[in-house]
Amino acid sequence: MTPLVRIQREDFDIGAEIAALTAGNPNIGAVVSFAGLCRDESGRLAALELEHYPGMAEAEIARVASEAAERWPLSGLVAIHRFGLIRPGEQIVLAIAASSHRREAFEAADFLMDYLKTRAPFWKREHLADGTLGGWVEAKADDDDAAKRWDQGV
Amino acid sequence: MTMAITEPASLRLVYFAWVRERIGLPEETVTPPAGTATIADLVRWLKTRGEGYELAFENPAVVRAAIDQTHAKPATAIAGAREIAFFPPMTGG
Repeated sequence: MTPLVRIQREDFDIGAEIAALTAGNPNIGAVVSFAGLCRDESGRLAALELEHYPGMAEAEIARVASEAAERWPLSGLVAIHRFGLIRPGEQIVLAIAASSHRREAFEAADFLMDYLKTRAPFWKREHLADGTLGGWVEAKADDDDAAKRWDQGV
Repeated sequence: MTMAITEPASLRLVYFAWVRERIGLPEETVTPPAGTATIADLVRWLKTRGEGYELAFENPAVVRAAIDQTHAKPATAIAGAREIAFFPPMTGG
């Protein structure tokens, strides 16, 4: 099973990605998908601008996806991350894990997102509703803690 | 190929997010002085190159680094590196 990793400016279609992942594999009994969307922070934000490190973004997400594929018996894994200007309500990131049974799919998708947040080279900058440029979003200690729990056994 | 640590070759440096903004460049090619062996050594030297660099690395513990597109720690040796990146903690996802 080779994970599918894509870094793109364009939006993605969750249904189409799931259909492509499961087509021709009748052994899949569970598909878990997670989509991360841009919030407006109660009206404060006009958009988020996502900067990334081309090349390393693909490589690092592929490394995380390979780790997930080693840890759980998966039939398919997809990670798509967008860059550029993304407005509230639009999709930023997609993780899909497919397996024979649900537990592996839930855990692999959760693991993929936790590690992607702390290791994939992407940075968010705020564009404010009043038209001005906001600051860079700061990394959260919660996200580091979430990633670390996978090292301690779940 | 062997490469003496005391004579680093020219290096491509790339910067992202507020590290890029503070330094004022997205990328540059540099030849660090002899004896620049680790990421931490490289940061110490970069901080002497001007106010923007000093501001970018004012708290070196915060800035992350990657050698040839793989995460690296301050103590990681840079011998043989072609591209070194500096950036803030990641906020994707």
